[in-house]
Amino acid sequence: MTMFQGFQIALHALRLNPLRSFLTMLGIVIGVASIVTVFAIGSGAQLRLQEQIRSIGANVLMITPGAVYQGGVRLKDGSKLTMTESDVQAILEQIPEIQAAAGSIAGTAQIIHESKNWNTTINGTTTGHFMVRDWQLATGRYFSGTEEASAGKVVILGSTVARELFAPGDDPIGAQIRIMKVPLEVVGVLDRKGPAQDDVAFVPLSTAKLRFLGSASNINRDSVAYIIAKVAADGQMAGARSEIESLLRQRHRVPAGQEDDFKVQDPAAAMEAQQGAIRTVALLLVAIASVSLLVGGISIMNVMIVSVTERTREIGIRRALGGRMRDIRLQFLCEALVLCLLGGAIGVAGGITLSMTVARMAGWITSIDGEAIGLALVFSIATGLIFGFYPAHKASRLSPIEALKTE
Amino acid sequence: MSAPLPLISLRSVSRTYRTDGVAVTAVRNVSFDIAQGEIVAVMGPSGSGKSTLMNMIGLLDLPSEGAVHLEGANVAELSEDRRSSLRARSIGFVFQSYNLLARHNAIENVALPLVYCGVGRKARLARAEASLEAVGMLHRAHHFPRQLSGGEQQRVAIARALIASPLIVLADEPTGALDSRTGAEILALFAALNRTGQTIVMITHDPGIATQCRRTIRLHDGELVSDETTAGLLPKRSAVS
Repeated sequence: MTMFQGFQIALHALRLNPLRSFLTMLGIVIGVASIVTVFAIGSGAQLRLQEQIRSIGANVLMITPGAVYQGGVRLKDGSKLTMTESDVQAILEQIPEIQAAAGSIAGTAQIIHESKNWNTTINGTTTGHFMVRDWQLATGRYFSGTEEASAGKVVILGSTVARELFAPGDDPIGAQIRIMKVPLEVVGVLDRKGPAQDDVAFVPLSTAKLRFLGSASNINRDSVAYIIAKVAADGQMAGARSEIESLLRQRHRVPAGQEDDFKVQDPAAAMEAQQGAIRTVALLLVAIASVSLLVGGISIMNVMIVSVTERTREIGIRRALGGRMRDIRLQFLCEALVLCLLGGAIGVAGGITLSMTVARMAGWITSIDGEAIGLALVFSIATGLIFGFYPAHKASRLSPIEALKTE
Repeated sequence: MSAPLPLISLRSVSRTYRTDGVAVTAVRNVSFDIAQGEIVAVMGPSGSGKSTLMNMIGLLDLPSEGAVHLEGANVAELSEDRRSSLRARSIGFVFQSYNLLARHNAIENVALPLVYCGVGRKARLARAEASLEAVGMLHRAHHFPRQLSGGEQQRVAIARALIASPLIVLADEPTGALDSRTGAEILALFAALNRTGQTIVMITHDPGIATQCRRTIRLHDGELVSDETTAGLLPKRSAVS
């Protein structure tokens, strides 16, 4: 008997008892569906993080305000803007590993272009910001020195903002837009960097302070909300970091033993750590889902054992008519395999549907890769072989004489 | 008529079962030959060892002592797989309770032994049709066993036994579950098959059936008590009703 005939016989037998067959494979269906879904959500989360890491740029340090004491009261991080433009200048001049640096302040505002308007982040910064983040222009130019120095009325748009304010085919360069009633000229549109990054409009730091954000937050002439700095090479990250720390402590006159009023972070490293955590959680969830697969396998073994007992006479007849022991074993193994493969296929379909539903309802990014599907199917075939073997072996060992005597 | 070559030969065959530590001898020191083209009745009351003997001739069981030869080969020396293959090709079983697979229709049941001979589906079904036609059951090819009468089921079972052109058809009480008229028809079918040269061994406890076979082997308590060839011939009426 060939494998093909084995599958034919198996399909015939399983069709006779569709409800039982379906219930038997339910454990596999649930197990495989969970594995596929967990994989899809896990790798979606990783993709999102990778995109964020990429958007920050390589070898970037971020300096944000830390906790400050004001008259003995400890205020939370960021409640006072402790960094200044001269800090940026000092970092650039005194630390040789730093290639580029820029200070920023940010807020949200409505941008209006003709009849269209859009609410987005307004980031006041210098051209150095784009150098740090390796952010290229799709069209136009960066800010000029004059514009940066004299609060020029110019703006560079992220690709999402450009898409929302301008009709396809319209050239935004040279167009007038308005932010908080201030007319600005669009001088550049940035390349795409990722959906979370592209929804932004950049103006020169001086423009932001003078015209929009100065009064809104307690920003004085010199302060910036955060600084980003690009380190020349990967191996210099730790050194550059400690140099920035000692420089800023010195400049901010932080006494020895007192907490810094700033924080230097490596966002990419933090996100990589987060990515590791996501991977661990995903693996844990896959392990839990595998338990369901195990239970499914046991249920298949159980039903197969019952089926062998019920069909003892059939086995006897088949043996008498020339079925070899291995033919009987193949027949029952094929039944277990068909159950698992069918269950696996339904599970894959269910998992894809489920993760697409999750993606739509929770707004998560999910990514279904062939590897996860392949793995799930390999698991279900292995389950079929492992849990189908014992009943099949048992069937093949039945004495044909005894089997023919059973009713 | 010169003596044909023995198809099956049993030499001092005994079969002892051991159950719960007690040895029970079902067949004791039995020897006989069956030649090509014979029709033989094996008779005896229940418990006389008929079924054990049939299991050994049918390669389902091996003797504890002595030897069973099929076409000169000692079956005990063959592997389990080889014996299974020989069952598919050389032995056709007919059982008292028909033993058709309830979930397969007549033609699939008839074709079943060919699955184990490695015959493809198309060829299997074509040969099953021919076999069903030979027993007059082609019109019922797509009926399931539960839709057939006992006599019809037994005809289907005979078609199945014949499909691989076996050396020997082994029938265990083939009319035991049938009324006398249907039983007579089945016997007539066997007689017709025998006239085409088919070797048949029929196990029965019914003396009426035995008298219709040329040769009768009688068993009692596992021992061979007589082996007679009578002048009585099976009635020569048409097998196909």
